[in-house]
Amino acid sequence: MSVNNSSLVMPVTEHLSSESALGMSNKAMLATMRSQRLQDFLFHKITLMFALSVLLALLGIIVSLIIGAWPAFKEFGFSFITTVEWDPVNDKYGALIAIVGTLATSCIALLVAFPLSFGIALFLTEICPAWLRRPLGTAVELLAGVPSIIYGMWGLFVFAPLFADYVQPFLAHTLGQLPFIGQLFQGPMMGIGILTAGLILAVMIIPFISSVMRDVFELVPAVLKESAYGLGCTKWEVVRKVVLPYTKNGVVGGVMLGLGRALGETMAVTFVIGNAHKLSWSLFSAGNSIASTLANEFAEAESKLHVSSLFALGLILFIITFIVLSAAKLMLLSMSRKEGGK
Amino acid sequence: MSKPTLNKVYLRRLLVHRIGIALSFLAMLVGLSFLIWILSTLLINGFGALHWAIFTQTTPAPGSDGGGLLNPIVGSLLMVGLATAISTPIGIFAGIYLAEYGDRSAIAKVTRFVTDIMLSAPSIVIGLFVYAIYVARAKHFSGWAGTFAIALIAIPVVVRTTDNMLKLVPNSLLEAAFALGAPRWKVATMVRLRAVKAGVITGVLLALARISGETAPLLFTALNNQFFSANMNAPLANLPVVIYQFAMSPYDNWRALAWGGALIVTFGVLGLNILSRTLFNQKIQG
Repeated sequence: MSVNNSSLVMPVTEHLSSESALGMSNKAMLATMRSQRLQDFLFHKITLMFALSVLLALLGIIVSLIIGAWPAFKEFGFSFITTVEWDPVNDKYGALIAIVGTLATSCIALLVAFPLSFGIALFLTEICPAWLRRPLGTAVELLAGVPSIIYGMWGLFVFAPLFADYVQPFLAHTLGQLPFIGQLFQGPMMGIGILTAGLILAVMIIPFISSVMRDVFELVPAVLKESAYGLGCTKWEVVRKVVLPYTKNGVVGGVMLGLGRALGETMAVTFVIGNAHKLSWSLFSAGNSIASTLANEFAEAESKLHVSSLFALGLILFIITFIVLSAAKLMLLSMSRKEGGK
Repeated sequence: MSKPTLNKVYLRRLLVHRIGIALSFLAMLVGLSFLIWILSTLLINGFGALHWAIFTQTTPAPGSDGGGLLNPIVGSLLMVGLATAISTPIGIFAGIYLAEYGDRSAIAKVTRFVTDIMLSAPSIVIGLFVYAIYVARAKHFSGWAGTFAIALIAIPVVVRTTDNMLKLVPNSLLEAAFALGAPRWKVATMVRLRAVKAGVITGVLLALARISGETAPLLFTALNNQFFSANMNAPLANLPVVIYQFAMSPYDNWRALAWGGALIVTFGVLGLNILSRTLFNQKIQG
């Protein structure tokens, strides 16, 4: 009986007595009902099974990563995370360089992508004429459709040489001369390295952040904006003091979503980060991220410990992105709850 | 209507406003110029490599001339096709569960959350997972392993769009079907799902676009194959990995082929993206 507790199907039972109107006997009716109940029961369970398969996949990923990473954690303990050395020749592994590289490139990407995405979302929701909205919005979203390997090729063969010739000398002569942060912008100007990887990641996550921002900006009730305009606010003031505060959670959620994407991005980073296991203050120098280390070394890893250490890197990456993406999701949920609450 | 007094405060507010709007315009311009820059790079470098041989000949040996991308194209089509065939029913049924029973059950809420996470989870980790459960056991790289990896990436995309689309169906339509005495499974599949068929197809196309360009999970599942092969139980050549290896190689011919392959993949993927959008928009308006 508890198979289908939807109120929508319940009335059927009440009409049982008027069976003759349908030209069906009581028995036939009951039989039909019973078989339909069974069908619905099976339907519920079958669809549930498919939904559970998604959960199972996630569990499987976590479990298999932990099993794969176990030997490395047993060998190195938690100092694995804080050890700089990554030396396949002597079978010694530490994750610090890859973790720092991943975080550094993603942070650069966020710093660059956030203002750009905000500008794009603002343009598309408030400034752009209505007929241009669709094509321009689609164009920006197509940036998300370009496969990451294409970003890598473009970054390595087109962007990096120009970056080395024009932008890096400029940065070294301006920001590089400042105290403290100056050392970030000094070093060999090869075009590839942490900074280049961060900038290319920025281009890649712009569509994700801007499309979330666009969606939440559109949730702002017109009355609020019109009230502000009525008080004589300029468009900028409306955005700054009405739209942004109202959509704060959604905007942060969008940024976190972009961060999650940047952390796990593999191919584009592998092309341009330089793939060098070293730690340096210079953003110009080559480095490595977790994903690029995996892409470069996994298929060729020989020793068991090497493979296991790579699994450990994968586990760390997965945990970081999982936390970031969960935070993003919760932020966006609280935004949509606000919308539903009205 | 008197003119506003041109005092200092007003001028400053106006200036800030103008600067803000100008910067926003600039951001849009920057975003678009990156798209144009990337696409024109592809056209300039890839167009020269596009000739018939690319579709009829297999990948050349290192350092030799000629050749094409027949084996990776076939391999990619095989894997992407099979992955779509696997992920579409799973994704659609899971999406139906979320839409039909999702409001009450805790399992559905967790599933929805997890699906959203998986949507942006690093694809290279999916490759690690498939390596651990399949490649390491079977002791060889294979086309099937690659297929499973990209199917896992496609499933959340289909689940998400199906769920979202089904929620758009008006309740009155469902109630009308229930009132006729239809059982729930019939209402769910023959009324609700059918009403948003175009939307669901959009989801499948988006998933197809997403997995067509995926490289990272294939690096240690399908790997690559120098020769023509349609054997799914052996390493299988595929466009993304071939593009990666050829682009990183020192041979001019390989690099040219990589650009040609990149052009094919990108315009295929973007074409699918645009197709799915127009398909969906038509249905919504009509």
